[in-house]
Amino acid sequence: MLRGRTIRAMLVACALTACNGAEAREQRVTLRFWAMGAEGENVQQLVREFEREHPNVSVRVQQIPWTAAHEKLLTAFVGNVTPDLAQLGNTWVPELQAVDAIMPLDGYVAQSVIVKSSRVFPGIWNTNILNDTLFAVPWYVDTRVLFYRKDILAAAGYDSMPQSWPAWREAMEAIKKKAGKRQWAIFLPTNEWMQPVVFGLQNGSPILKDGGRYGAFEDPEFRGAFAFYVGLFRDGLAPIAGNNDIANAYQEFARGTFAMWITGPWNIGEFERRLPTAMQKSWATAPLPGPSGAPSGVSNAGGSSLVIFKGTAHPKEAWELIEFLSRSDIQRRFYHLTGDLPAQIDAWQDTSLAGNRYAAAFYTQLQRVRPTPKVPEWEFITSKIIDASELSIRGGMSTDRALAQLDAQVNRILEKRRWILARVAHAQHDSTSTVRIR
Amino acid sequence: MSSARARIAAKTPEWRAGRAGWLFIAPAITLIAVFFFLPVGASLLLSITDFDLYAVANPANVRLVGTRNYTDLLQNPTFWLALENTFYFALVGGPLTVATSLGAALLVNAKAVRFKTFFRTVYFLPFVTTLVAVAIVWRYLYHPQYGFLNYALGAFGIHPIDWLGDPRWAMPAIILLAVWKNFGYNMLIFIAGLQSVPEDLYEAAALDGAGAVRQFWHVTLPNLAPTFFFVGVVTMIGYFQLFAEPYVMTTGGPLGATTSLVLFMYEEGFRWWRLGVAASIAFLLFLIILVWTAIQLRLERRLAA
Amino acid sequence: MGTVLLYAALIAGALLSLFPILWMISASFMPTGMANTFPPRLLPDHPTIQHYRDVFTRLSMGRYLVNSGIIAIVVTVLSLIINSMAGYAFAKLRFRGRDGVFRAMSAGLVIPVQVAMLPLFLLMKSLGLINTYWGVIIPSMASIFGIFLIRQYAISIPDDLLDAARIDGASEARIYRSIVLPTITPILATLAIWTFLTTWNDFMWPLIVLSDERRYTLPVALASLVGEHVQDTELMMAGSVLTVLPVVIVFLVLQRYYIQGVMAGSVKG
Repeated sequence: MLRGRTIRAMLVACALTACNGAEAREQRVTLRFWAMGAEGENVQQLVREFEREHPNVSVRVQQIPWTAAHEKLLTAFVGNVTPDLAQLGNTWVPELQAVDAIMPLDGYVAQSVIVKSSRVFPGIWNTNILNDTLFAVPWYVDTRVLFYRKDILAAAGYDSMPQSWPAWREAMEAIKKKAGKRQWAIFLPTNEWMQPVVFGLQNGSPILKDGGRYGAFEDPEFRGAFAFYVGLFRDGLAPIAGNNDIANAYQEFARGTFAMWITGPWNIGEFERRLPTAMQKSWATAPLPGPSGAPSGVSNAGGSSLVIFKGTAHPKEAWELIEFLSRSDIQRRFYHLTGDLPAQIDAWQDTSLAGNRYAAAFYTQLQRVRPTPKVPEWEFITSKIIDASELSIRGGMSTDRALAQLDAQVNRILEKRRWILARVAHAQHDSTSTVRIR
Repeated sequence: MSSARARIAAKTPEWRAGRAGWLFIAPAITLIAVFFFLPVGASLLLSITDFDLYAVANPANVRLVGTRNYTDLLQNPTFWLALENTFYFALVGGPLTVATSLGAALLVNAKAVRFKTFFRTVYFLPFVTTLVAVAIVWRYLYHPQYGFLNYALGAFGIHPIDWLGDPRWAMPAIILLAVWKNFGYNMLIFIAGLQSVPEDLYEAAALDGAGAVRQFWHVTLPNLAPTFFFVGVVTMIGYFQLFAEPYVMTTGGPLGATTSLVLFMYEEGFRWWRLGVAASIAFLLFLIILVWTAIQLRLERRLAA
Repeated sequence: MGTVLLYAALIAGALLSLFPILWMISASFMPTGMANTFPPRLLPDHPTIQHYRDVFTRLSMGRYLVNSGIIAIVVTVLSLIINSMAGYAFAKLRFRGRDGVFRAMSAGLVIPVQVAMLPLFLLMKSLGLINTYWGVIIPSMASIFGIFLIRQYAISIPDDLLDAARIDGASEARIYRSIVLPTITPILATLAIWTFLTTWNDFMWPLIVLSDERRYTLPVALASLVGEHVQDTELMMAGSVLTVLPVVIVFLVLQRYYIQGVMAGSVKG
């Protein structure tokens, strides 16, 4: 009996000392990090190294498919179960900022030597600034350039990609003349919003005007761009097909079903992997042509950023992970794992990037990128843009009518935003007028 | 009555039973009131506001908009598409399912059949399975090149059909899945109904010289009428709420051909967080089900008479 | 002759009913890629259990299995208690307002459940129950349909039996435990199986409430996985088999009680 009690007392004493010992060690922190698609898969390796450098932090990566990501992020916000930090397509940053879900990061950046605006492509850094405050740190960049068949272009009489819309169209027509019956010059998936929007940006359209209060789709700049875009289908230069209609785009590119494709950096690796060896010398990349020559050939400032959610209990550790992922060496390794282009400019000094002739077009293009409108409703508006495109391309609706419909829809969508902005301005006006009276 | 007597009289078995009654229903009633009726009422309120993501962030960002959500919906082509699709599914799938159930019930219940239990179990099995799981299986069965359905049809010389990719065939594909999955449940109810028809009625009809078909029309069907009505109403109500099949198999496509009202509501509510709009879709669905059920019951009462 | 036709029709129907399920099982054992060939294969030539291993290791379905199991069992047990008490009370206990309350509650049967879902989500959020088991369990704990079913059955309990026990001084709780429960056991069995099946198979509400993949139930996990793994036919078949197996087993073992209950309930209809 006595021995039992002594043993129990010893056990209790042990437990207490163990507790004290634990308090002496640092608190164990678990970071929940949401990442999407291929990035989500590949970042897990890098994260292990972060854990080695920060032994008290463990990072739990949840990988989310892109198709469900937007929905899950918003659901998590509404349900109050956001992670500590997450990857965000940078077009989603305005939405999460509008609902006050993410933390402003200027304070952290000011104290950081790794994360600095001067070290990132300016057009890209800019996409994460809202109301003069930084809310996200660029992780990797994405923009669209032309991937094309050099041999088909050469056979049509062009030794390099034209730089202006009129010349580009001529080249496409030349290709079409030499093409077979089920062959086209360029593949523009009809269910993507990127192409018409980029053409609009190139033609000088703001897409949304008045600080994102109204649609600018009926204004001449977008009208002209949209007519150019739809004209490519109507004149048989692009097949009327969406992403789901072409079973294997790589195969079709190799077969010459189309000679040009506007797509992103991940396809450098995919082309190298999937195109037959014989074809590897026949393709190249080029920056996008613009309405009036090279400088007007802007593209979208895309990519993903990293954000810290306001509900987090560990902002410091989350920021450390962001800094880690922004380090040049980690950015380079990430590029090797995913093919995603680094946001940090000096990571491009990496030999495989600097010497990569396909990546050169992206580097040039990244000097001329423009953000899409930074309004929370953007994701919803893009679905309406796709609808308008499909109506014109497949349904035969006149571009004027389709754009009038689009403007009407978008203006209705933005009505709430206008109301909120007016209310905020009214409140500010009231407070400033009080100051003046005094 | 003196207070002592009143106290004794109060604690009668009747009174105790009454008090127990309230206690016994309390948990259920509370749960149903708080987690069903309260949200339903809140939904009505939501539907007359423009509650959205802005409002989730800051409750001040909500306005009462009266019937604007409803009028906007009635002018929204997607709403009409969803309505059309839902009716297509219900009005074709419903009768098809009921007919298949009746047919299966007649087969299983036929006097000459042994192993009744075996067949009944087999026919009921699809109903028990998880819809998401079998929807995925059927997605592969519907594959234009590698799916079994096109292979089987090919034996009859029919060209491969892109079941889930062709706007004309996507809804029929979903209807077929729904009929396969659900006919077993109604079959059981029909079997019960068939078994409750008195034998002597059949004997009398046989004596009058009626063959199997006549017996079916004049004895079976009329006696099955109440079962028919019940099955019809319940099936239609369920089918108006089509959601999981298009969500898993086609995400409402192709070109919106399988977007149902509930799927539309889900997208507006849980994808775009336009909760005011979604609530009004939900209420319109409720109204549609109510009106349709009333019409159906009226029709059936007319037929029965 | 008629009998032959009858059996032919029955067997054809059985094959059609079973074919998708059988193919699902067969494909889950096929080596990778075999299910996506032309002409389509019925049986694997080199069956493998690799996909079942993958389902547990790569797709961590064991966790989803546990989630589904816990939720289904808890809901079944709790709702059985809550619904049977209420059903019996509505049938046999006389209290003021009983019929009014019952009618008001039954009106709820016409309301499609989706009408409640949006505010219910906001309610769960304010209670901090998003992404928790209880967030999924609580709305299913009481069911108007279940109460209906029990009440219908309980009405047939002879009143004199209950009154006699009351006169003997038994408390209502005692009466419920010792007389009512044993008598309504058949319908309880039916309701238990029904509840387990519908909870296990439930899709829309768990889809809405569960955001962390670690809490997913099997149907939600499957729907999420099919987006990424649509090429891995055999793997998805294994996942589907895993999802469907428990409910099929429960049904096959207990079908007598279940089918009896469905048929009895409907006839009284």
